[in-house]
Amino acid sequence: MQYPKKTDMSALIKPRSVLLLGSGGLKIGQAGEFDYSGTQAIKALKEEGIRVVLLNPNIATVQTDENLADAVYFLPLTLQFAMQVIKKEKPEAILLGFGGQTALNLGLELQSKGILAKYKVKVLGTPISTIRNTEDRELFVKRLAEIDVKTARSFAATNIADARKAGDKIGYPVMVRAGFALGGEGSGIVRNSDELSKKLAAIFHPRPVRDAVSNGVHPQVLIEEYLGGWKEVEYEIVRDSADNCISVCNMENIDPMGIHTGESMVVAPSQTLSNEEYHRLREIAIRAIRHLGVVGECNIQYALHPKTGEYRVIEVNARLSRSSALASKATGYPLAFVATKLALGFTLPELKNSVTKTTAACFEPALDYIVLKMPRWDLTKFENAITLIGTEMKSVGEVMAIGRSFEEVLQKAIRMLSIGADGFTANKNGNFKVAQYLDEIKNPTTRRIFAIAQALRSGISPKKISSISGIDPWFLQKMENIVRYAKFLPRSDLGRKTILDAKKLGFSDIQIATLTKSTEDKVRKERKRLEILPVIKQIDTLAGEFPAKTNYLYLTYNGTENDVTRGKKSVIVLGSGPYCIGSSVEFDWSCVQALKTLSKNEYETVMINSNPETVSTDYDMSNRLYFEELSLERVLDIYEFEKSRGVVISTGGQIPNNLALPLHNNGVRILGTSPKNIDRAEDRHAFSKLLDRLDIDQPAWVELTTHKAVAREALKIGYPVLVRPSYVLSGSAMKVAYDEVSLSKFLKRATDISDEHPVVISKFIENAREIEIDGVASQGKLVIYAITEHVENAGTHSGDATVVLPAQRTYMETIRRAKQITKSIVKELKITGPFNIQFLAKDNHLQVIECNVRSSRSFPFVSKVTGYNFIDIATKAMLGKDVSGDYRTLELDFVAVKSPQFSYARIKGADPVSNVEMASTGEVVCFGDSFPEALIKAMMASGFRLPRKNILVSLSKEENRVKLLPALRELAKMKFKLFATEDTADFMNENSVACDKVYKISTKKEPGVLALIEKGNLDLIINIPTRVSDQESKDGYIIRRMAVDLNIPLITNRQLADSFIMSLAEMKPHSLKSNSLLEYSGRSR
Amino acid sequence: MKLILEDGTIFEGKSFGAPPAGGYASGEVVFNTGMVGYVESLSDPSYAGQILVLSYPLVGSYGVPERRFFESSKIQAAGLVVAEYSQNYSHHSARQSLAQWLIRSKVPAITGVDTRALTKKIREHGVMLGVIDANPVRASASGRTKFLDPNEENLVARVSTKRPETYGAGPATIVLIDCGMKENILRSLQRPGIKIIRVPWDYDFSNDAYDAIVISNGPGDPNMCPETIANVKRAMISNKPILGICLGTQLLALAGGAGTYKLKYGHRSQNQPCIDVETKRCYITSQNHGYAVDAKSLPGDWKVWFTNANDGSVEGIKHRTRPWSAVQFHPEASPGPTDTAWIFEDFLHAIPKKN
Repeated sequence: MQYPKKTDMSALIKPRSVLLLGSGGLKIGQAGEFDYSGTQAIKALKEEGIRVVLLNPNIATVQTDENLADAVYFLPLTLQFAMQVIKKEKPEAILLGFGGQTALNLGLELQSKGILAKYKVKVLGTPISTIRNTEDRELFVKRLAEIDVKTARSFAATNIADARKAGDKIGYPVMVRAGFALGGEGSGIVRNSDELSKKLAAIFHPRPVRDAVSNGVHPQVLIEEYLGGWKEVEYEIVRDSADNCISVCNMENIDPMGIHTGESMVVAPSQTLSNEEYHRLREIAIRAIRHLGVVGECNIQYALHPKTGEYRVIEVNARLSRSSALASKATGYPLAFVATKLALGFTLPELKNSVTKTTAACFEPALDYIVLKMPRWDLTKFENAITLIGTEMKSVGEVMAIGRSFEEVLQKAIRMLSIGADGFTANKNGNFKVAQYLDEIKNPTTRRIFAIAQALRSGISPKKISSISGIDPWFLQKMENIVRYAKFLPRSDLGRKTILDAKKLGFSDIQIATLTKSTEDKVRKERKRLEILPVIKQIDTLAGEFPAKTNYLYLTYNGTENDVTRGKKSVIVLGSGPYCIGSSVEFDWSCVQALKTLSKNEYETVMINSNPETVSTDYDMSNRLYFEELSLERVLDIYEFEKSRGVVISTGGQIPNNLALPLHNNGVRILGTSPKNIDRAEDRHAFSKLLDRLDIDQPAWVELTTHKAVAREALKIGYPVLVRPSYVLSGSAMKVAYDEVSLSKFLKRATDISDEHPVVISKFIENAREIEIDGVASQGKLVIYAITEHVENAGTHSGDATVVLPAQRTYMETIRRAKQITKSIVKELKITGPFNIQFLAKDNHLQVIECNVRSSRSFPFVSKVTGYNFIDIATKAMLGKDVSGDYRTLELDFVAVKSPQFSYARIKGADPVSNVEMASTGEVVCFGDSFPEALIKAMMASGFRLPRKNILVSLSKEENRVKLLPALRELAKMKFKLFATEDTADFMNENSVACDKVYKISTKKEPGVLALIEKGNLDLIINIPTRVSDQESKDGYIIRRMAVDLNIPLITNRQLADSFIMSLAEMKPHSLKSNSLLEYSGRSR
Repeated sequence: MKLILEDGTIFEGKSFGAPPAGGYASGEVVFNTGMVGYVESLSDPSYAGQILVLSYPLVGSYGVPERRFFESSKIQAAGLVVAEYSQNYSHHSARQSLAQWLIRSKVPAITGVDTRALTKKIREHGVMLGVIDANPVRASASGRTKFLDPNEENLVARVSTKRPETYGAGPATIVLIDCGMKENILRSLQRPGIKIIRVPWDYDFSNDAYDAIVISNGPGDPNMCPETIANVKRAMISNKPILGICLGTQLLALAGGAGTYKLKYGHRSQNQPCIDVETKRCYITSQNHGYAVDAKSLPGDWKVWFTNANDGSVEGIKHRTRPWSAVQFHPEASPGPTDTAWIFEDFLHAIPKKN
């Protein structure tokens, strides 16, 4: 076999400047992992002295920090803006592989439109042609066939006869996939040709809906080889330009083919593959990647038959991915960093392993531990959302557990999810009992793991569970070990060996307490008395073969010796745990800033986190990284071992915040505000009393323990009321009830109401505006603050709101009062560190909704917009440093707008309407000279397309119509073609705003609104629901859902609609400027 | 059950293999960091006399397949030490559990050991002798604990085939010197038109007709095989292609006039990066050796072919003018990556064509 000679150093590509494309707002399928990859890429480029220009509107990321890239553009990731940045910055090269599918698609578009050629921008790393070969199904299959690599057989058919021929060729069962034009409807398994004909008859049957949607495209189906039940295995492959090629990690999905990798539990390395299978797939991977010509990093996915060992290549992702972030954290191999260097022409043998610093980067990590990734879902936040899991990704985050037995990592991972589960079994919380367990195993839901536990507890054999789930019996037998031990433990002597064995199987102190009718505290004390302590192990990429200077650690009970001794003068920072709705990269950003400040102040930093999609868990972010549970037990274990100086709990969001008091009660020194005072802000009763005493107004609320009392008090307070149960059975945890009917319906369906689980109801104030103060205090004295203002009225969760800084419509007097209130709360709680207070404002009257004595979601936003790093100041304050100063945050020469990023398209069935429950998965921020410019750019950055011609308006309630009338007039003036539903149309026509009337779905009259949405080429739908009753909004729901499914821009909030239309009227698209952060902030300073 | 090292360190665990004959089994304690391949490693004759420690904690998950997948007819290692033996196994090719295989092969095994701690110990102190001790009373290494150094014995003689065997039919004939050969070397060489005569380590083949020589891997110190070295030296009079693998490399080097030395703790893993000195290409290789060729001792007509990217040691040698080459790693893989299988192709191409 002949290989080309190695390219020598002269082949290095040293561009003076590189444009790096980010991934934008976090959404399902594309989360914080790209902050990790982008941040490493920037570091790798900077090390070579290259100027880095970053395009990414996600302000909550570490990669957009000012001391990383040389120029940061908070702009939409669209052709228009990318082109402007290229024109202005004239980068010599571009990196496409570090910002997920968003960056890759934008890169392909820039290339195909000739922009890259025109401005002579060289694509670094994997060539465009290779990317196209991996993205285009037909090309991909063809390229792999050239080297005899097998892919799933698949044929396209547009009629029944062709489809039957294809079915015969492949052999039954086959998978039928309805093409995109059919919205995926009709996909499924078919076992014989008769079934196929029947199914296709239904699919090809002409129905108006489908014909309209397909826009003249003939319906097409794919007849595919059925791979359900095959094992799903992935390899992460690295290749350099001299054709050196290695496999960094292999991973096995516990859930077989048929469940998206993002929805699967995944182990690394593979557990049920023999040496032959492991290395056969590895060899094929290397052969395929060489043939395709990837330069840098990529991921290859296989289906592997559990009985025959046959394989099929499913896909190749020629870019950094969620899997590569996981592989990087699982092995300690810095994939993104290495991929960047390779893109610059370095070869693998030229690079050092940055973990060991002694061995070569051209090697394959050997693990001496097992890693398990578990997805984190958040579907309860959405009404109507379907909890079945399958080929589409719905999870919003993930955790990664490291240990030395499968049982240990499984139980650890379940706890890391922070969903109230104590482990695989022995859960105090009844939510993890699954009544229809066999159903939920067979038709997997987000609760499948708990259904398996229930089945095993009920005596169902691993073999039987394997046969209905497709999960390899090996995993199920391991799970059975846990269930068996849970049954044995209460009957045991509870001696040293018994407890130690329980710990080796991953049981937490809480689980042991539950099983033995004890308490966590007692179990911990007894355990320590018996000298049962976890040991600390290093992740060194080579299983101890060579000495390594690694700081990457985990704890296990399956070992007898610590790899490290305790550090000196250390401070622990608790991370945010898995991403979920409401807790996302912004908290990781805060943790990273805290680490940086601690380090600058000569503390050794210790990071604890369980989320692989983070920058805080990068090998170079802390002196010591414990990839561990954020639980009381584990944090105490680490704190007691390290004898740390203190713990920062205020930068990682709610999970560490909840640990403040328990840690404090166990003698841990919490830095910043006293945990007792944090608790006074958290405890509704205490906080309410505090506000009363300070003479600060708050919405009336009452806590109740019976249905009857709730109904009575609701009437007294006056509808609408906000209902917040303390114990949720299913569905959302919060709801606005507009009348007695909806109140009792919600209480019956969603909550268990009792003395133990009270329900809080409070007055829901309509038409009030919301403002927030993010700030830092030191010993009860306000140091710095920023006031932000919501575009939407109260009723939209602050995480879903469009937020403006500096405030545009808030009176100076209101700001003054908000500041006064803030000062008195800060003083009363003796706050030291970050905090956030939310206000309701009606005219100049202010009410306090809540106060969080911790960093909030908006800290990166206010920090980057005002130019003051709030977390840096807060951390210094927590260390007792003098942080007083003259911070100017009210007067800025520009406006920044934060827009929510939703993932409704991924959450089938969910009603895309903003509510008191948060639903957005991410956010973006854009800057402008004016509010309109910033708002329009921010909306575009979150995926909103500006309307060109056709707009549908459907407004419930007269009030909404009246209030939007001026805006509707502007739309007409701008020559948009307007359509409106019945009442809205009548209203508009009466007020001489020309529009075409369409009929509601329920009236079944023509022209109907559905047909319009389907074939009307709509550019925008404005649908403002009433929220009053479920029945009335059914039509609205269908309209909104269709908008999402057909990718039509949608606005459902009146204030946002008004702001958007008025902004559009004021702005011209070409006047949307592309300035870097420095160009904006430079003006203020 | 305990593992007692010669420095007195004791690792407690539970037995899952055969009870050791006479209460304990002794050997040289070596670690391997491969994450798969316990079947191939245990049946690799190079492990003869050694107690194998697997640093990957979960072992036994995919059971043990049929005999034809082994690297020799039986388990060759003197003992096995793991962190967690997986009682249950699951694989379509599995015919028995690892414990069953160990028991049938009369090889002791111990589970529940912190194999990372053990690996680090061996790394720091170098390879050590040890015993797997089933006696519950003996709490420490005492005068009665006998540590036998397997390297003082001719291990090659123990594991080599006893009489010549022939595989396939010519015209081309390869003499394969079995010094404790992994069977995948044989499988890698087999193809139509090639006859392989597998001969014992000390077999004098100078009067046999052959076209090329392969010197296999094997256990222990190459200096224990003067007969093999002498036979290879004699063969060097002719210009026939020679390929050495692992121990075979050391033997070829010694026959060519170079020297060998013992590495501190050997290379035993599946992720060793080796760089082809000529092309600068880096290959990931599977390795299992405790001795290496001394680069400085290579005579002028030899050159280094491969070096280890981690520690710079010699991973392959080549004669400057003759068709003689050898690699310290295992191109036949099994266990481990298959990246260097081309070495067999190149070797077979070098055999003069006959009709």
